[in-house]
Amino acid sequence: MNNIIRVPINTDKDIVAARQQGRALALSLGFSETDSTLVATAISELARNIVTYAKKGVIQIQSNGNSRPCIQVIAKDRGAGIANIKLALQDGFSTSGSLGLGLPGVKRLVDEFKVVSKIGKGTAVTFKKWKS
Amino acid sequence: MEVPVLKQGPFLIATVQAALTDEDLVHLRKAMIERVVTSRSLGVIIDVTAMDIMDSFASRTLCEIAQMIHLRGADTIIVGIQPEVAFAMVQLGITLEGVVTALDLEEGLSYLKEKFDSDA
Repeated sequence: MNNIIRVPINTDKDIVAARQQGRALALSLGFSETDSTLVATAISELARNIVTYAKKGVIQIQSNGNSRPCIQVIAKDRGAGIANIKLALQDGFSTSGSLGLGLPGVKRLVDEFKVVSKIGKGTAVTFKKWKS
Repeated sequence: MEVPVLKQGPFLIATVQAALTDEDLVHLRKAMIERVVTSRSLGVIIDVTAMDIMDSFASRTLCEIAQMIHLRGADTIIVGIQPEVAFAMVQLGITLEGVVTALDLEEGLSYLKEKFDSDA
């Protein structure tokens, strides 16, 4: 168990692949359709951030948790990094002219959410969602 | 994955068959506005029953399609948003404001027919 699924993210097709893998894992762990959709939506947003801002990166999906199933997803890239994480986590903030729902939106979909970013080094966004 | 578009009288029906990539969505946007022009359609139904999720890009593109079609003087109705997809959209902060939605294709068609009849 606890295999890590790595989905390289290079194009918009990979966004679909990543979220489908996430949904499949969630369903296999007994997550409800609703929670599996929340996981898939969160992965889709993070994967798109990679394509939009860093061009390429990777989504890692794994089951994590013993007594209570949990999905952990890490979205990693070696892009420019986020200058102001606090600002990036504010609703409506966007540097790309999108809706600006990205990170704060994803945070609302999941149980635990963490952003680590270094300017010029890249960004890692980690989230966890527990089976309810 | 191309989205097939059927002409039904003065209306167009686009039925999404599977999960769409961003490129598919952009293609759909272009195809819909072109078809509305060439068919002189009064209304468009986009059936999203088969969409696995609706994230910020998908919803923004659908809103853009509806707005473009509105500027052409036609109506757009999004039908078939699944309950779990709707749940995730609201959590994410997506409301599809200004876009008409209906339960399914049947409801969408009857909405358009009613509107078309009362306009005529």
